[in-house]
Amino acid sequence: MLSILPQVLIDGLTLGFMYAVVALGYTMVYGILEFINFAHGEIFMVGAFVGTEVLLISESLGILQEMNPFVAFLLSLLLAMVVSGALGVGVERVAYRPLRGAPRLVALISAIGVSFLLQDLVRFTEAVARNEFYLNSPTLFSGAIGIGDFAQIPVKAIVVIAFAIVMMVTLTLFINKTKWGIAMRAVAQDQSTASLMTINVDKVILLTFLIGSSLGGATGVLFAQNYGTIDPYIGFILGLKAFTAAVLGGIGNIRGAMVGGVLLGLLESLAGAYLDTLTFGVFGSEYKDVFAFSILILVLLLKPEGLFGEAVKEKV
Amino acid sequence: MKQVIKNVLTDKQIPLLVTILWTVVFTLALFFLEQSVLAFMGVLLSLLLVYYTKTSNAVRLTLGVLILLVLIPLVAGDNRYYMEVASQVGIYVAMALGLNIVVGFAGLLDLGYVAFFAAGAYAYAIFATAQANEFIPGDLFPLGGEWFWPFLIVGLLVAAVFGILLGLPVLRVKGDYLAIVTLGFGEIIRIIFNNLDHPVNITNGPQGLTPIATPELFGYPLNTPFYFYFIVLFVIGFIVLANIRFEHSRLGRAWIAIREDELAAQSMGIPLLNTKLAAFAAGASFAGVVGVIFAAKQTFIDPTSFTLMESIGILVMVILGGSGSIPGVVLGAAFVTVLQVQLLKEFSNFLHALNTSGVISLPNQLDPSKFQRLIFGVLLILAALYRPNGLIPAKRNINDLEEIKKSRFAKQKLGILANLDESKRQTS
Repeated sequence: MLSILPQVLIDGLTLGFMYAVVALGYTMVYGILEFINFAHGEIFMVGAFVGTEVLLISESLGILQEMNPFVAFLLSLLLAMVVSGALGVGVERVAYRPLRGAPRLVALISAIGVSFLLQDLVRFTEAVARNEFYLNSPTLFSGAIGIGDFAQIPVKAIVVIAFAIVMMVTLTLFINKTKWGIAMRAVAQDQSTASLMTINVDKVILLTFLIGSSLGGATGVLFAQNYGTIDPYIGFILGLKAFTAAVLGGIGNIRGAMVGGVLLGLLESLAGAYLDTLTFGVFGSEYKDVFAFSILILVLLLKPEGLFGEAVKEKV
Repeated sequence: MKQVIKNVLTDKQIPLLVTILWTVVFTLALFFLEQSVLAFMGVLLSLLLVYYTKTSNAVRLTLGVLILLVLIPLVAGDNRYYMEVASQVGIYVAMALGLNIVVGFAGLLDLGYVAFFAAGAYAYAIFATAQANEFIPGDLFPLGGEWFWPFLIVGLLVAAVFGILLGLPVLRVKGDYLAIVTLGFGEIIRIIFNNLDHPVNITNGPQGLTPIATPELFGYPLNTPFYFYFIVLFVIGFIVLANIRFEHSRLGRAWIAIREDELAAQSMGIPLLNTKLAAFAAGASFAGVVGVIFAAKQTFIDPTSFTLMESIGILVMVILGGSGSIPGVVLGAAFVTVLQVQLLKEFSNFLHALNTSGVISLPNQLDPSKFQRLIFGVLLILAALYRPNGLIPAKRNINDLEEIKKSRFAKQKLGILANLDESKRQTS
């Protein structure tokens, strides 16, 4: 039973880092607008499709075989980030900005609408272009590094974790060190005061969506590399899990999102592997999604501010 | 004539004569033209016209009941397809009215509403098939169709209990969080129904349950859409009545107070959790009743009928129609359902016909009936942007102060003030 543990931990870490990067997108938007960007999971999905399409097209053109896998990977990552970033900005402009003063329920409904629209649009485009909407991504990194007899670390997992860490570190530096980062933190504190300090709030919000969405899109490429198959509906459940991770770590808190994501990935992976044996076969690994949602509910009930968040007193 | 048009456009009031003419014309059209979708739409639309007709409430009510109970069954009754569409519309109208209590009155965004529908449907399906023999010894099942009627109440109770059980932990969170948590709960319920075929086989897992007994009345089987149409109408009547009574009751006003401002409501002494739980349970119980009817009508259920998509669909109906407004919700539900089950299908068939005759060449993937999500998405965004209050927004009762002062109760003092008067009289 314990012999598979190292492998389970490696899988959990890979999944967890992906949750963490997607959770950053939720947390950033929530930190600034206090609003759950329901469509963020779909932006992740679009990123996965763009990245995979880049690889598939260059494969059919015969360029991929001659390219260094890292170059091909970077290229698809870059394009996916550009497209999903632009998409995020567009969604904000069309579906969220006109509703900024409206009740939160209305904005949430619009976000759900965007998410459904994107799912079907991607399915539609893929169905027309390729006659199917389940895509198999070409694997760039095969092979694995063995650690003794315990476990095999796949190269793709290392790439995924490395890129996730690079993205998170860059974002942290950006937010803490640059002028725009400071402006973002100021807007998150208080929009009207920030605007009095000659900060263009609209631009900062657009920038937040741009960064969050392009990170989400990049994670989509990592996801496609790691799991091989993608479809237009991967975003919704993964988005929910990433949101759970953000809540777990304390929503609005960048560090919390990272820790929450890794923690949730590890927990889910462990549950998938051991739930069966621990409950003597009553609950199988099919209940691992139930596990993630139960964590969400428990956290919201017991410690709604999350692991790293500060308790917010309601103002009257 | 000018005056009439102006009335229609500005006051949204249609003369009685126009309504009657419209109804008669379309009913006759439906009677003489076989399979005319337009005519059927026209008859359904006449109900909306009745709502806007400039006449007394009693006349409008009579007209509406006449169309629903007499005209539609009489003209379309022997056409299975129309009755199928009509009963389908009815099922969704009933569900949307249930969700209206939760979302519209109490302002609790519930994205897992279909779980209660599933609870009702499974409650009937498990006992109306041989499934219950798997965990109850004695070969007592399946129950016969006459058990359908008591199971309407059983479904209601089961779903209400579900609503309270889920509501107890969930309702402590609010706003966006509540939406996510209920969504998660809906998914959990679906996964559980999907996997409850082991270790004890209760729901038969992904294979689903069939054949579910059709209702019987005095030994006569009610197995065509025609009968289900009346059953659904009966339940809708009940739910509409409950909605109206709730809205103006003490509890209903507490719900609306919570929707408007939770904190203020709480400080005025409204018990938050109990009131929210009541809304959750009431909404859930209606979904449970409809679930029983759904199971009996389909004679087959499996977990794929209870996905997140269904929850969102019902939410779209409520929001699009106008949350909190009963006529709005009915309109929204009817519109979305007709769009889904009929208009998109008809449009698909139309394009297919064009395709086969070679006028246009359209790949199979562009089939409009597959674009439910896209259309829901666009409808949600448009509704949020342009009609955040819905097609028929909820009306607020406006109290005319002058009128109240003139009424014969105005002089009478209530509560502490009345006691004050009393004590003054005693001392003097």
